[in-house]
Amino acid sequence: MTGTIDAQAVMDVLATVPDPEIPAVSIVDLGIVRGVDAARGAVRITPTYTGCPATLAIEQAIRHTLAAHGMGHLSVETVLSPPWTTDWISAEGHEKLRAYGIAPPSGPASLPAGCPRCGSMRTVEVSRFGSTPCKALWRCQDCLEPFDRFKCH
Amino acid sequence: MSDQAYFDYLLRLGDDSLVLGQRLGEWCGHAPTLEIDLSLANVALDLIGQATYLLGHAGTVEGAGRDADRLAFHRDALDFRNCLLVEQPNGDFAQTMARQFLFSTYQRLLFQELAGSTDADLAAIAAKAVKEVAYHADLAAGWVVRLGDGTPESHRRMAGGMEWMARFVDELFVMDALETGLHARGLAVDRAGLRPAFDATVAATLAEATLPPLPAHRPVTGGRKGHHTEHLGHLLAPMQHLQRTYPNAVW
Ligand SMILES: [Zn+2]
Repeated sequence: MTGTIDAQAVMDVLATVPDPEIPAVSIVDLGIVRGVDAARGAVRITPTYTGCPATLAIEQAIRHTLAAHGMGHLSVETVLSPPWTTDWISAEGHEKLRAYGIAPPSGPASLPAGCPRCGSMRTVEVSRFGSTPCKALWRCQDCLEPFDRFKCH
Repeated sequence: MSDQAYFDYLLRLGDDSLVLGQRLGEWCGHAPTLEIDLSLANVALDLIGQATYLLGHAGTVEGAGRDADRLAFHRDALDFRNCLLVEQPNGDFAQTMARQFLFSTYQRLLFQELAGSTDADLAAIAAKAVKEVAYHADLAAGWVVRLGDGTPESHRRMAGGMEWMARFVDELFVMDALETGLHARGLAVDRAGLRPAFDATVAATLAEATLPPLPAHRPVTGGRKGHHTEHLGHLLAPMQHLQRTYPNAVW
């Protein structure tokens, strides 16, 4: 069986699994999926944060989706090394985050982020420590809306 | 093959994270503001995530079929190997942040070194966690300064928090025979070697916070041998209640 696995087909199926906390992006967009080991019949995933409470939910969603596509025989393995960083988020993931209202990670926090709502660069940091470790709270001085900014991690 | 000394070392690391994560969880729904509530809960989740990996790895090293849940929920207080600092009561928000600042400053230095452990699994866990711990340390240092250099009332409370926690700092840097042996094998960190960097960071932050240096105390130790303060049992009782009442219950 293992010889018949089409890694790209598996990735296409995984690309339909949304992130439980930011459903606008998929687990592939976020770089949670490390790849498919076709020889061993395994999907390799990595947690974004050590304490991410969605880790178990993500694994279950993957198993469920694979099974629904006749790929239930694949195993799911968690790898920690190298650790996940925001560099693993795809270009498509950046666009989806922006459309969802979250400024994607973009260089040092000392530089202003583009407002995901109106595109203005006249933005200021309100709080470096947002509600979750991955985000800081910013505000746009043109449209006056607050927004989350994904921190480089 | 079972390696009792290394198993004990991984319990020390994992129990520190588990107990402090459980302690911080007590703030959930009670913190001064909504944002702080969420921040504390997220730090707690990071710590429990560390504990899941560290205790899971400990169970593998032990080779007796115990997983992270088994180790967390089915050991008595005497079998826990955490330092005394993490089991101390939350007190007020200032006391919680004093404890967090001291612990996260230490853990950041520890994990930086552990990322070079000869055990690739432990190195991977430490390398993953150290970036998150840096966030914990920065968050807590910010509150130490904000409260210390705040109003007379907030200053008094932060000074009180440091006064309570200071006696438990020395234990973080004690090398015993077990860890000296593991350090020689490249598995463990020389804790004593972390002390100068820790002292420098603490001194700089306390000065910025207009707080006095950490008060001199006779150090209180014993956590690594299972000699705990009365607070640990009260923490474990609600944490373990369900699994002790209904062993192996699952969602
Ligand atoms: Zn705007």
